[in-house]
Amino acid sequence: MTILSINNLSVGLPDGGDRDLAVEGVTFSVGKGETLCLVGESGSGKSVVAQAVMGMLPLQLPVKSGNIEFMGAPLPAQRDPAYLAMRSVRMAMIFQDAGASLDPLQRVGDQLEEIALVHGIDRATRKKMVADILDAVHLPDPKKLARAYPHQLSGGQAQRVVIAAALLLNPELLIADEPTTALDVTTQAEILELIEELRRDRGTAVLFITHDFGVVSDIADRVVVMRKGEVVESGEAAPLLRNPQHPYTRTLLAAATSRAAPRDAVDKSAVMTAQNICLTYKSGGPFNRREVEAVKDVSLTLHKGRTTAVVGESGSGKSSFARCLLRLEDVTSGTLTFEGRDITHLEGAEMQALRKRIQVVLQDPFGALNPRRTIGSAIAEGPIIHGATRADARAKAENLLEMVGLTPQAYDRHPHEFSGGQRQRICIARALALDPDVLIADESVSALDVSIQAQVLALFRDLQQRLGFTMLFITHDLRVAAAIADDLLVMQNGRAVEYGNAAEIFANPSQDYTKALLAAAPGQDLTAVSAA
Amino acid sequence: MKLQIPFVVKCAMGFVALFVAFAIFGQWLSPYEFRETSLLNRLKPPGTEGYILGTDARGRDVLVRLAVGAQITLIVAIVGTVIGAMLGSLLGIIAAAKRGWTENAIVAAIDVQASLPIIVVALFVLAMFDNSFTLFLLLIGLTGWEVYARLMRGAVLSAKEHGYVTAVRALGASPARIYLGHILPNVASIALVQFTINLPLTILLETALSFLGLGVQPPLTSLGQMMSEGRDRLLTAWWLTLFPGTIIFLLALSVSLIGDWLRDHLDPTLKSR
Repeated sequence: MTILSINNLSVGLPDGGDRDLAVEGVTFSVGKGETLCLVGESGSGKSVVAQAVMGMLPLQLPVKSGNIEFMGAPLPAQRDPAYLAMRSVRMAMIFQDAGASLDPLQRVGDQLEEIALVHGIDRATRKKMVADILDAVHLPDPKKLARAYPHQLSGGQAQRVVIAAALLLNPELLIADEPTTALDVTTQAEILELIEELRRDRGTAVLFITHDFGVVSDIADRVVVMRKGEVVESGEAAPLLRNPQHPYTRTLLAAATSRAAPRDAVDKSAVMTAQNICLTYKSGGPFNRREVEAVKDVSLTLHKGRTTAVVGESGSGKSSFARCLLRLEDVTSGTLTFEGRDITHLEGAEMQALRKRIQVVLQDPFGALNPRRTIGSAIAEGPIIHGATRADARAKAENLLEMVGLTPQAYDRHPHEFSGGQRQRICIARALALDPDVLIADESVSALDVSIQAQVLALFRDLQQRLGFTMLFITHDLRVAAAIADDLLVMQNGRAVEYGNAAEIFANPSQDYTKALLAAAPGQDLTAVSAA
Repeated sequence: MKLQIPFVVKCAMGFVALFVAFAIFGQWLSPYEFRETSLLNRLKPPGTEGYILGTDARGRDVLVRLAVGAQITLIVAIVGTVIGAMLGSLLGIIAAAKRGWTENAIVAAIDVQASLPIIVVALFVLAMFDNSFTLFLLLIGLTGWEVYARLMRGAVLSAKEHGYVTAVRALGASPARIYLGHILPNVASIALVQFTINLPLTILLETALSFLGLGVQPPLTSLGQMMSEGRDRLLTAWWLTLFPGTIIFLLALSVSLIGDWLRDHLDPTLKSR
């Protein structure tokens, strides 16, 4: 039975956008108990489709043509009061940021009950429904949890509560807009499993919006791939994943499965080593001193020309470790050496000279560039600090702009004129302007769309090949690590769990945590298919 | 990007320009000197032959006295506000940059300053020490610094966490380069907006102190002092208080309006990205 069917839907964009229509001629349907994945990158119009179904399109985005049928009948017009009776009861939606979907001042149980109250259900039934649904989403100790406030929940728990709220009145359709994107990989696996289970048990149709083909391969029955408002490919999940027709689908799939070709260590010499690094953050005044052990006893050797990935979930201490290597934090104990020299407590001019040789590319391409400076002056700043003339620095910056795939004319433009991917290229150029021996990339591709991510990773690899720098790549995403790393360090709670050759660890992890992490990564079948 | 200035703000800017011009050149509008008394022409109403805005109780021309008063008020307001802004911003930046006990000491000083009833302190200081114009300027300057200090400390602390600061530090930039070249330009607009908010407050403080007789001392005059002199003749010689009062009101309002607009305009979160 078809629950939702969208026929030739077009939604307009306000004047002055990059295209005329946010969504153009989209057609697909979702059946009972079926999961349809709507895949696309930011700006592809996938969320607009979801908003159109829920009757929540912003006023600037009018439906131009096409129709949406729900259970065989056309949906009411946007903003029609009839929608009020449908939302939650017949269709419900969950969002990426579960924490933001909950009222911070109300207890979880009260918020769930309110949904039932709005739809006129009596008190005793309400209580029972809430208890049942909290149980169904496998929250530990549902009674206690119903009395908790949203800030007391973890990210995964919050997403479970939001799912509970969506399914409370047993709607026929659940729309999930990137519900696991902000979660750690192990939590993501649990939430995906939960959505699968609820779909099976209740026969809910699921419209799942994601950019991640790993997730698609785990849960989708059917797939619709969108790009710039148009459907480029759609079909049953298995054949589409095995044999994608459109080049764009292939790009997205490749991004989810690419593996670094194993490289032999040509030159085994160590550029930089870290021995037993510990870092403790101290905060608070004399009366409320607090200490947080961010990094505990982590050791690492960076070999010349190779890439080491540091992988861990949020709070694992991987970024703090990177700040230690950059000497932006002073280590609490342990030793750092650079080309055999102890640099743990280097100061003054010697430290300044060393900075030149270890550079960093940060996560957020929007915050990483001073909004008031031109990108050229940002790139040229490093050489100028280290004594180059303005003319030389400018020539170098223009050269680098070309090297990272931009034009030298970009020199005099400001950061806000560039997209996220372009900014990250600019940040790479800035880091390379000093000809560093070691480049530390701290979640440098996490904020980017998958296809852009693949391009930036390729750029990193290409530049490394040409310039021969050593790279430390910090990421929470195992697939990114797999795509770029020669060596791998897995961190958990500030400790090193496993360290060694990347290919060997991926093939044969020795520690339980690494195994769990690998098992939780979405798209296992996909990788198996592409490897075969 | 084309600058769109609302009509009200344009009017405010116009009035401020007019006020500054009047303060500088106003004395030439009248043939008299501001201390020149003429007992035969006491308390002449506005429009009297030779005295466009009338005369005061000693037969001095109100027009020329307004011009001098405007000048003094302008000097006090600008110098006073600038002293507060510079001192406060500097302390705020130092607090954020140094952290540790330096920061604690500055924050404590901010709290102390913020909890002092400033008019009472001013009364005390001016009453204890010899009343001089310099002391008066300093006193006015030293009020209001804590607002800048608190704002700048917060802004710098948050700017320090920005990626570009980390990146520039990793490039090997000196602290001077980081603070002057990168952080300051990004937080300066906050101090600038606060400046326009504080300026009318300073004008009103000067007015209040002069009104109480503790500000500018005769024979020099200011708008506040002129109002204080006209206080006893509100019903018989309304022009003595109405003109300076109106100017103070319009000036404070204009500067506030400009400040409000500047704050909206410079706030990056309100700009489309």
